[in-house]
Amino acid sequence: MGISLTRAAQWTMVSSSTAKLASTPMNESLLKEILHFVEHFSSQHPQEAEHVFEEPLQWSTTLVPSDFKTDYDISDSDVQSHERDSEGHPLLQLSPPTVYVRSFSQLSKLLHLADDKKLAEVRACLEGKFESNLHPKQSNHQHSSITHRLNVFVLLVTVYSHPIIQVRLNPKAVKNEVEILQMFCGGGDKGLLKSLRYTSDFQFSNGYRAPLWRQVQGDICYLVIEPCDTETLYITCSTAGSFLNGGEENGYERTSDAYEDLVTLLKSRSPHFADKINQVEVLIVCLIKKAEVALVYFRKTSAGALPGELFSESSTESEEEEEQPYRHPETNTDLPSEYWQIQKLVKYLKDGDQIVTVDTLCAMMDFNLMQESCQMAIQDTGGLKVLLNLLDTDEHKCKIGSLKILRTISHNSQIRRVIVDMKGVQSIVKILDSPVKELKALAAETIANVAKFRRARRNVRLYGGINKLVSLLDCLPNFASLTPSQEEDIEVACCGALALWSCSRSTKNKKAIRKAGGIPLLGRLLKSPLQKMLIPVVGTLQECASEESYRNDIQTLGMIKDLVRNLSSDNDELQMHCASAIFKCAEDKQTRDLVRKYKGLQPLVSLLHKADNKQLLAAATGAIWKCSISQENVTKFQEYKALEILVNLLTDQPEEVLVNVVGALGEFAQIPANKAAIREFGGIKPLVKLLTSPNQALLVNVTKAVGACATNKDNMVIIDQLDGIRLVWSLLKTPSADVQSSAAWALCACIENAEDAGETARSLIGGFQLIVKLLSSTNNEVLASICAAICKIAKDEENLAILTDFGVVPSLAKLTNTTHDRLRHHLADAIAQCCMWGSNRASFGEAGAVAPLVRNLKSKEGSVQRSTAMALYQLSRNPNNCITMHEKEVVQPLIHMMGSDDEELQEAAAGCVRSIRLLYMANRNAELFTFRN
Amino acid sequence: MSKISAVNKRATQTLAENISKQVEHFSKKEVECLIREFNVLVAEQNNSGRAVHGLDRGKFISTLHSIFGLTDDRMTGRVFRTFDKDNDSVVSMKEWIEGLSVFLRGTLDEKIKYCFTVYDLNGDNAISREEMLHMLKGRLIRQPNEEDPDEGIKDLVEIILKKMDYDHDGKLSFEDFEKTVKDENLLLEAFGTCLPDFRRIEMFEGHVFQEQFEQ
Repeated sequence: MGISLTRAAQWTMVSSSTAKLASTPMNESLLKEILHFVEHFSSQHPQEAEHVFEEPLQWSTTLVPSDFKTDYDISDSDVQSHERDSEGHPLLQLSPPTVYVRSFSQLSKLLHLADDKKLAEVRACLEGKFESNLHPKQSNHQHSSITHRLNVFVLLVTVYSHPIIQVRLNPKAVKNEVEILQMFCGGGDKGLLKSLRYTSDFQFSNGYRAPLWRQVQGDICYLVIEPCDTETLYITCSTAGSFLNGGEENGYERTSDAYEDLVTLLKSRSPHFADKINQVEVLIVCLIKKAEVALVYFRKTSAGALPGELFSESSTESEEEEEQPYRHPETNTDLPSEYWQIQKLVKYLKDGDQIVTVDTLCAMMDFNLMQESCQMAIQDTGGLKVLLNLLDTDEHKCKIGSLKILRTISHNSQIRRVIVDMKGVQSIVKILDSPVKELKALAAETIANVAKFRRARRNVRLYGGINKLVSLLDCLPNFASLTPSQEEDIEVACCGALALWSCSRSTKNKKAIRKAGGIPLLGRLLKSPLQKMLIPVVGTLQECASEESYRNDIQTLGMIKDLVRNLSSDNDELQMHCASAIFKCAEDKQTRDLVRKYKGLQPLVSLLHKADNKQLLAAATGAIWKCSISQENVTKFQEYKALEILVNLLTDQPEEVLVNVVGALGEFAQIPANKAAIREFGGIKPLVKLLTSPNQALLVNVTKAVGACATNKDNMVIIDQLDGIRLVWSLLKTPSADVQSSAAWALCACIENAEDAGETARSLIGGFQLIVKLLSSTNNEVLASICAAICKIAKDEENLAILTDFGVVPSLAKLTNTTHDRLRHHLADAIAQCCMWGSNRASFGEAGAVAPLVRNLKSKEGSVQRSTAMALYQLSRNPNNCITMHEKEVVQPLIHMMGSDDEELQEAAAGCVRSIRLLYMANRNAELFTFRN
Repeated sequence: MSKISAVNKRATQTLAENISKQVEHFSKKEVECLIREFNVLVAEQNNSGRAVHGLDRGKFISTLHSIFGLTDDRMTGRVFRTFDKDNDSVVSMKEWIEGLSVFLRGTLDEKIKYCFTVYDLNGDNAISREEMLHMLKGRLIRQPNEEDPDEGIKDLVEIILKKMDYDHDGKLSFEDFEKTVKDENLLLEAFGTCLPDFRRIEMFEGHVFQEQFEQ
């Protein structure tokens, strides 16, 4: 379908620099096809859809900022998606009328928002330009870029709508491959091939082109290919593979080995072809080998013919192992002697019977298989394929030997990839069913190594590996006296746990493990005294504890006790995984209490002494942070002198540790005595210094801790000396909403407790504008914190005057329609405070703030009621506001509030009613007065 | 007839009791079953009127073939010689049971000893280059372009010898063999299959022990 679509697209050249898709029925259906594909791409290929393009797709859209809803940061002038790439750039950006889109998932979301304008958007997207400042505009460039963009879509459509996973070739696969290759024929030396054509234009209805009597033998079609550098090749594509034939006159007889696809065949025949393909540096993460080839071709040509590159697909999970491009065998110079020996052994493996195979495998094991040169030698000489083939035989000795080698060489990431490419995962997973325990254990161990990257993990799941691995865990929990067979079971379970540990890095696998009933089994193994068992088990649990369901199970199945027990193990790695599991689980209050109950707090503190092991330190400080959310735990931690140690960890630690240490200090500082203690241990200075860190997670915690410390006057003096207010204030400029709100809260504490805070605030150039500007944020938490900050800042009259000049009143008034209770509370406070200046009361009334506030009075939240009543009291000093309030029936709820136990609320409500009443009286008097005259 | 069989039965039981005291791994009941199986096999072979006291070479090898799946002629001949401890060209009942004890239930040490005996073709307590060559010959598919058909095998023998010959005397002593196999169990049958596959064992035990218990 691909090429036919590309050819079908009918272009109208409007001018030299723009091209348009002509409005023909053909193009319409083509657009629909692409639209349909893009819309469903992210649901069908969620992982691929997340890949970030190197260059954005860019076009003039008809969408306007108001079309965007949640998930986007919307301001007057532009829209940015919340979703960002690793460098923090938004994946979608709209600065009308141009839109930049950098992933398929964003593209599909955008199309969803476009609603009935979908088709127009797809059209505009295809017609859109490449980044024009990257290359001078040239008419033919422009056109070719458009064609290529279309090509990419079409290729993706082709590749993804027809998953070509099959062992035997079929006409469709051949046709796809031929079409893709044809796209890159010609063009002199730049092309991959000079030409490629079928010998026959006639195609049978089954897709075959070979004559019927040859079809019986599996021949699909015959090709004549002119490579750029060698003589013309005559090729037969048959269901058994592609091979050279002797040409028509020789009756298509086979004259070469069969290859699994055309590309491999051509690579072996045409150095030019192989070279062009091999030059390609970037491999695109794609399921299917053929798809890989297709997209790689595209990248190659786009790099050569086009200045801009459209796609760069990279793995989205940062901890994910990158898929590296294949390393190509070097030329025959300088190969180590092992290479030749291994090559010889591989030959014996291929040619030998069962006995020779086993002997050869054993001989191969004598090489240092952890050494890369040996690993690559096995791969380059075709040994890997033989090893994988052995797994499908019936000879269990051969399988054992092969797995023993595979489990070692799979420490190499390229080997892992090739194993997955050669469908090795399927074979290995199958062995998990074997009755031979040694085989099961070896297979699981190999999976543990192979499943280090996402595609492998997905393969394990897709071929039913998770269920099988989970069932390996089922061994007797009676660890005291074991029969040899039970010991073997335990060995198998260990390997199973190792494999699950690797697999559990993928979210879907976590779910699959749970579904297969893995959690209770893991819980049972957690009681094991064996470290080699505990490490993978706890490793899996802590990996999975990122899922809430696991956290619940870990708690309810009583695993916290075992985790706490192993905190005191003598193995650093085990301690680390236990601490890290507790770190993840202790978000939950009951878990925190359980950790205390099982006396886990002291071992956590003692882990802080292992300052050399940074991973362990990060896990331990994380667990302490989360546990200290419960005040009872903080008290316990005090007994173990945790605070002093934590303060000492504020300097010279990696960020993973700092985030947790500072988080813990933020919790500790909730207790007043600790605020002073932090100062006494010298913690204030390093904390303030961390305010300049670029790490957002760290900044959230630092601002929280600084804010908590600032409520102590003596601390505040130091913070002020260190210019802390300015530092916190400037954090309002960071793009992250979490940091913004956390900084604003800290600012509240600082301003409230600093001497001359008003003066300091005024000295910050641009500070007030920043605050007022943030009132247009879309994040409620940010708005609430900024309102709170405004309330504190406005306590200083001069500051309030400046804020008023910057238009704080209409900005606040605009927010009154919110339904977010926390925001309502602080907003009302801010309004009440801002009423204290000039004609602000009247301005609030004019801006329409009064009516929504009356409505907010009905909120069930006490704090909202109270603040709102006070704001209304302030506003009621303006007669017009009183009229509005009265119209909105404010009196009844106010009278109700006058009966409250809260004196301030009573007073505010009464004051407000009094204002209304006074106005009424004045009015009546005036009327009477007028009447009398 | 029934009287005779009753007498036979008693005789078998006594015999079984005696043998089970001398041979490892089998209970008396199991020995009884093996004796019965032995008698069945002896009865099956063409005795042509002679008085027989055991399985002859032909019957034994065909039994190895059909019941235990051992098909390699070079090996089955040697297995016969190993079973036939007194070298009288028949496997007696006792030899049969002793042999099967290793065959079916042998420990690793017993199996190492057994395999070594099988592989030590001339009985000189060592496996020489020539013996290895003889046992491995023909196990590699010959490539058409090679002049010496055994070139690959010769090379392989050198590789194996290098790996297994710990005392560097150019041949494998029992100690060499034992050390290698303990190190890597896969090499127990390095020169040819002479032990049954675990599935065959299960089948045989199932057939001989269970069925006969049911009788």
